[in-house]
Amino acid sequence: MSHPTARLSREFVTQLSWEKNEPSWMREHRLRCLELFEKLPMPRFGPDLSELDLGDLMYYARPVDHVSRWEELPEEIRRTFQALGLPEAEQRALAGLGAQVDSEEVYRSLLSRLRAKGVIFTSMEQAVREFPWVRDYFMKVIPPDDNKFAALHGAVWSGGTFVWIPEGVEVEIPLQAYYRMQTEGVGQFEHTLIVAERGSSVHYIEGCSAPRYSQVSLHSGMVEIYAKEEAHVRFTTIQNWSKNVYNLNNKRAWAYAGARVDWVSGSLGSKVTMLYPTTVLLGKGARTENLSFTFAQEGMWLDTGARAIHRAPGTSSRLVSRSVVQGRAKSVFRGTVSVAPEARGAKAHMECSTLLLSPEARTETIPVLNVENDDVEVGHEATVGRVSQEQLFYLMSRGLDESQALSLIVNGFVSPILKEIPLEYAVELRRLLEMSFERAVA
Amino acid sequence: MRVEDKLVLRGVSFELFPGQIYALMGPNGSGKTTLALALAGHPAYRVVRGQAILDGQDLLSLPPHERARSGFFVAFQQPPEVEGVRLREFLRLACAERGKGFCDFHKAFPTSLTRLHMEEFGDRELNVGFSGGERKRAELLQLYLLRPKVALLDEPDSGVDVDYLRLIAQVIQEMAEMGTAVLIITHYPRLLEHLPPTEVLVLLDGQIVKRGGPELAWTIVKAGFEAVRE
Repeated sequence: MSHPTARLSREFVTQLSWEKNEPSWMREHRLRCLELFEKLPMPRFGPDLSELDLGDLMYYARPVDHVSRWEELPEEIRRTFQALGLPEAEQRALAGLGAQVDSEEVYRSLLSRLRAKGVIFTSMEQAVREFPWVRDYFMKVIPPDDNKFAALHGAVWSGGTFVWIPEGVEVEIPLQAYYRMQTEGVGQFEHTLIVAERGSSVHYIEGCSAPRYSQVSLHSGMVEIYAKEEAHVRFTTIQNWSKNVYNLNNKRAWAYAGARVDWVSGSLGSKVTMLYPTTVLLGKGARTENLSFTFAQEGMWLDTGARAIHRAPGTSSRLVSRSVVQGRAKSVFRGTVSVAPEARGAKAHMECSTLLLSPEARTETIPVLNVENDDVEVGHEATVGRVSQEQLFYLMSRGLDESQALSLIVNGFVSPILKEIPLEYAVELRRLLEMSFERAVA
Repeated sequence: MRVEDKLVLRGVSFELFPGQIYALMGPNGSGKTTLALALAGHPAYRVVRGQAILDGQDLLSLPPHERARSGFFVAFQQPPEVEGVRLREFLRLACAERGKGFCDFHKAFPTSLTRLHMEEFGDRELNVGFSGGERKRAELLQLYLLRPKVALLDEPDSGVDVDYLRLIAQVIQEMAEMGTAVLIITHYPRLLEHLPPTEVLVLLDGQIVKRGGPELAWTIVKAGFEAVRE
């Protein structure tokens, strides 16, 4: 792209839209978002964002060209993807795979039998160009004025995936996207839009990583999900950003009657994360599960949460969080359950537990319950625990070294979440946990 | 040996031979548990001077997990609860670390559960919600599975009802027959009725004040600890 610096400006946004060959509605949308971004305040809660200089980021980078075969990627990126097991997973366990480096997609595949059934799994840009009806879905679940970073995203989004599952089609194995931030000081703003038509089902997994730099980078993705009547969408994110990344996301779903939306989030990396996946239960009997696992390590602030907004009768939600905090780090969990007057017979359960591994570790749990009718069942539990020296010594007295003992305790603590994660990712998560304990103990 | 700068044990010296059962007796506060935990490498206890030689190696020079790997075992008087950690997961690791090819966990674990009448405990969280007696049996289960060379059992019978007392005695006997040197720590010799020890050591105020045969245990029952001080 012809913007070597790609700083945030009206010219940049116009040029971005121009080079992506977008219809005029999208160009106008971007400019409207930019105006909103300039007006909206920074978040008034949560982590310190003062080191994040939005004027100093590179809003577009395309270090790698799109390829149709893994072998064609530049060696460094190819090795990274290989080490992450992506080409192998594609062969073995996935229905489709997309990979993005910085601002643009570099690879995408979809099983031909799913293509034959009418499943769409394409880049967001292509969907915007090809399907005029995408306009009816784009940033309707999360409107641009929702918050400053939603507006920023709307102005500069690049990359991401559009998924459309036709009525009644069940995608039995997961679709996956992988996001890599490669260039120092870059911002990544992919947009993921999933429309699951009536009675369909899909499991979408995203993974994220970046090499460590001294300069701050920003990841501000957006995920919008439409689970139509009786559809089932499961969205899993495993985030392992490096410690120079601000990870400020917007993720929200609409669940129509009888639909089910599940969010599974594993947050292991980043300097700061703000992530509050939300499900709006719009139709009768809609359900949502929101499972969150965070592992805050030295210097990190993971501010996560889950929101369930009950707007119809007989809806149910279950929010479960497990946080582990090590070193001088902080984890905050904000769980919100809102039940509208018309959502009679709603059921909501919220459960957050934190395990502190060091005396300097900090945690906060902030549950919010807004219940506006009297025919509801709402439950809430929160616990904070510490690993004691007695427990560690006991396990060690049976032959486990300190990092084995610690990771056994932590694994036990997070097992309610890990068992919801596909096996190969759970194995990877365990490996990441063990690695960080080995580092901490050494 | 010091705890928080207080000298707790002094001049304690004894030898344990494979396949033999020993008793360490002493009133509350005499330093029995301290001795066991110090030998296991508990970070709160500092050994100022001395050695603990197992197969020519000084245990005191090793971190706790390596003491265990070399065949040293302590059954805790009050083992802690460890939430989320299942007995099966924990002992699979412990067994693997005991040595390459040491145990066929797949077979040995169910066998051990059955031996201690704990079939339904395999997937329970470690000591969580266990009664006092169940904890003791769970310690013995670990002993049975890990087959150490030397085992210090800290009051393995307290809180155990009569039926299980017999079971515990049988398991300890079996361990000795397989070659483990067993030191039973107790202040009341109920268990020793079933397990006549080769030698009884009496610990008072951090020192071994008397050694003798099994009859020493009965003297203590009748006359008290002070009566045997030499």
